Amino acid sequence: MRIKSLVLLFAFSLVITGCASTQERLLDSEQSQVKLRSIQTRTYDTTDKEKLLRSALSTLQDLNFVIDKADYTIGTITAKKLNNYALVMTVTVMPKGEKQLKVRANAQYQSKPVADPQPYQNFFTSLEKAKFLEEHDVQ
Amino acid sequence: MLKKYLFLLILIACLMVAMSCNKGVPPEALKLNKKSLEQRQLQTRIYDTDNEEKVLNACVGVIQDLGFNIKDTSSKLGVLVGTKKRDATKASQVVAAAFAAALTGQATPVDDEQKMKISIVTNYMSKGKERIKVRVTFQRLVWNTRGNITKREFLDNPEIYQEFYSKLSKSLFLEAHKI
Repeated sequence: MRIKSLVLLFAFSLVITGCASTQERLLDSEQSQVKLRSIQTRTYDTTDKEKLLRSALSTLQDLNFVIDKADYTIGTITAKKLNNYALVMTVTVMPKGEKQLKVRANAQYQSKPVADPQPYQNFFTSLEKAKFLEEHDVQ
Repeated sequence: MLKKYLFLLILIACLMVAMSCNKGVPPEALKLNKKSLEQRQLQTRIYDTDNEEKVLNACVGVIQDLGFNIKDTSSKLGVLVGTKKRDATKASQVVAAAFAAALTGQATPVDDEQKMKISIVTNYMSKGKERIKVRVTFQRLVWNTRGNITKREFLDNPEIYQEFYSKLSKSLFLEAHKI
């Protein structure tokens, strides 16, 4: 009986710990590419890339991120939030057609990719608030 | 009976390990809160100038005064990032560790080294272009003598910000306005 339960326990532990091999994480391909893009992206009716990037910078600062890198030409910002945990976020701003810009954010929490839609939803809500404040110069 | 409990305990421990794997981003991490405005005020100053380049140059000077090395810049977006590594040994921690070692015979790790980061973002105030706001933020990582990270934190002591802006105002020859 005892041996049986130990074997069961062992098998159970193996099932729990038996994730993908560590090399496969390079391409993190377990998530659907289309789904990931849709939860990480929002489109804005503006062509002012600089203003949108600056709003993203200010949003990240409002959220206690410290900026790591920013590049206007490629339209990327990378920032890190340290609060007993490490949350890294990259925000990109790219043209979509002639009259719109799309903003994509991707995040890494501790050493895991963030695939849950909620944190992105929260980020874009914060970005919209910051954009509003910037436009109305409310401090 | 005892064995049954032990089995259950191990099972619970296994489940906890498995669940901690799935722990995601804390819900408040990407939401603005009441403290956001307070922090924005603490970290921001406004200067009466229309020359962003001049402000950025002055900031670079202050970053260097504070012993940081520039890690990344973007003049088009008004971003400057600097880092520095410094000793993080605290005398009180070392003394406590020495006592602990004397009592237990085992060495306790103490804080050893820290990497500090400064990040400055400048921007025009949106109405007109005659005023520029500067916002600075700091964070640090601390490693102990065993090479493990012991602190991952944002630095929000108001004195840091006051001192930073007093240095920046001197180097810009301009008075800083609070928001």
